[in-house]
Amino acid sequence: MSVGAPKIPVVVAEVVEVNDLIKRFRFVRRDGGAMPVFSGGAHVVVEMDDHGVRRMNPYSLMSHPADTMGYEISVRRDEAGRGGSLYMHRHVKPGMEMVLSQPVNLFPLDARAKKHLMIAGGIGITPFVAQMAQVEAMGGRFELHYSVRSPVLGAYVEHLKAHYGPRVHVYHDEHGEKIDLQTLLKSQPLGTHIYACGPKGMIAWVHATAKAMGWPDRAVHSEEFLAPPVGQAFEVQLAASGKSITVQPNQSLLEAIEAAGVEAPYLCRGGACGQCETNVLRCDGHIEHNDHWLTDEQKATNTKIMPCVSRFRGTALILDR
Amino acid sequence: MSLDFNDETFRGDFTFKNSAKAIKRFPFPFPEDSYMYSVNMEPHVPGPVGSVFEHMFDVDEHYVSEMRDRAQVLADDPLRCQSLPHMELAGWDLLELIMESKARDYPHWFSLTKDGNQWHWVNRPLQIEQKFTFLDASTLPYGPMEYITRQTQGDFTLQDQRDDDLWIEAGMVTTQADWSLDFDIGMSFKQWHAPVPLAHQMGIFDRALKFLLKLQHGAPVRRFNWTMTVDPLLDTSPENYPKWGPGKTTMTPQTIGHRQHLRVELQTLHRLPRSNAIAFPIRCYLIRFEELVTVPKWARRLHRVVRDIPDELATYKGFLRNKPLMLEYLAPFDDGQPTSPGFAPE
Repeated sequence: MSVGAPKIPVVVAEVVEVNDLIKRFRFVRRDGGAMPVFSGGAHVVVEMDDHGVRRMNPYSLMSHPADTMGYEISVRRDEAGRGGSLYMHRHVKPGMEMVLSQPVNLFPLDARAKKHLMIAGGIGITPFVAQMAQVEAMGGRFELHYSVRSPVLGAYVEHLKAHYGPRVHVYHDEHGEKIDLQTLLKSQPLGTHIYACGPKGMIAWVHATAKAMGWPDRAVHSEEFLAPPVGQAFEVQLAASGKSITVQPNQSLLEAIEAAGVEAPYLCRGGACGQCETNVLRCDGHIEHNDHWLTDEQKATNTKIMPCVSRFRGTALILDR
Repeated sequence: MSLDFNDETFRGDFTFKNSAKAIKRFPFPFPEDSYMYSVNMEPHVPGPVGSVFEHMFDVDEHYVSEMRDRAQVLADDPLRCQSLPHMELAGWDLLELIMESKARDYPHWFSLTKDGNQWHWVNRPLQIEQKFTFLDASTLPYGPMEYITRQTQGDFTLQDQRDDDLWIEAGMVTTQADWSLDFDIGMSFKQWHAPVPLAHQMGIFDRALKFLLKLQHGAPVRRFNWTMTVDPLLDTSPENYPKWGPGKTTMTPQTIGHRQHLRVELQTLHRLPRSNAIAFPIRCYLIRFEELVTVPKWARRLHRVVRDIPDELATYKGFLRNKPLMLEYLAPFDDGQPTSPGFAPE
């Protein structure tokens, strides 16, 4: 069973410096054809050829879901990361040819919601930009609470305020402004769903606050892509394909498997979707489980690993791949 | 009716029949001489020219008569088509998928022209012409799902995806193998599959759900299901069981070849782009035993499948009672010769 949808060959149509940290990229199809329509909250995986190193990073789509002429993403520069965002910032220019995956939505709006309450932190704004456009077009009800470091780093604030008026609330960290979540959650109409996207701590705070106030888990949604963490190099044996590979410090296990020419399933490459789940046949050592997918019990038994974000320390790791 | 389409009935006098061409392209569902459940999904990619896989949505010689039968079922029981309020967007996604596919695959029968959201749809076999505004339900005579599925063979359900589960929350169901949309609507994936024997213990539904939650737009998949139906009834619904159920008790060795049908469902699954819902078309193909046995390999194999199937499955599929009659009819066509692997006639 394969879930592989055809990839989308694109050309970079536009690169816009949004602020000191964020650049926006617009992609159009190389053949001039239409992009697939998508649903707000969807992401694409952008394939990069970083001077011989293949990088594949997921980014939320932020263009209008009904705009089939092109896709837009925003990338925040991460100086300490493995290099995908730096590559996008330094090397991706208009006219370059790249490859995107089909959109996949792991952060969909709940279509039954009477109101969508969106809580964004920093670059976590991007999926909401597409979602607000979609909800607006369908006549739905929403409200955005958007926390940014400073006015200068408040990406898209002016655009969103101009478009959506009083439905957009902006908070500046450096002015000491904070979302008063308790008051906010107390005043929502029945049937409201909460969505959070941003830094790990903010997402945990939204879930914990809502839970403590009696909100059902199913009315609270979040998305957090993990960047594969760097670490020490380690050896892995791939039993099904009969190969031994070395995972480099700044490479993910999934990338090392792919670099060895072994086909492995994936969708989000960020520890969220579960698609790359792989059986562990032998583990003499410690798996650093960095994903949001496996349960704590599964992680404790070391019988499964999510190669997109997890790593290993020890003497032998054998995978069923 | 034109030469392309049969004028036939699926009730009353039961004039349904397959042409020689339809028999040759029948989707025989058994790749080997025995049957057991499996998820058996494969990419729904175009198949050989003339096969039921050639196009995204197969339109065959039964099209016009099947749509006439659907209209009759709906007139008698409007609850066969239901859509919960939050599923309208998924209905538009489905309408777009079907209209674009048919206009591309059968340009001599269907056409779709767009000027922004102003769409113009022409369905020549059903003599329908409609100008409407995409995403504005007030411009169509029915909701978008009902509108397009009154013009498309097969049952359809739309599943919303949330909370790591699929929820059956809209559908057009008039050609079903004894299940009820009105009963199932709102259920989760495992709830609506609860009546299926054996498969739960085999973990089939865990694997299938996990797979479907990750189904990607642009990469539809397909699988077969099958059962047995006495007389060429499209509508074998629980609601109408008193009308068709007793027919199973009146078959004889003289009538079985004509009255007993193998019923095959070509099921496809499509991720929908705007709604993130999943569309599940369930296309029903019927073939009478006397038509099926004109293909020697299929006759041999069907005999072996029916002979060896576990009683739980024969009961669930509703033919345990007539299994001896079927075997008596099919046995003379099974000379014990080996059959080649795969579905093809030979």
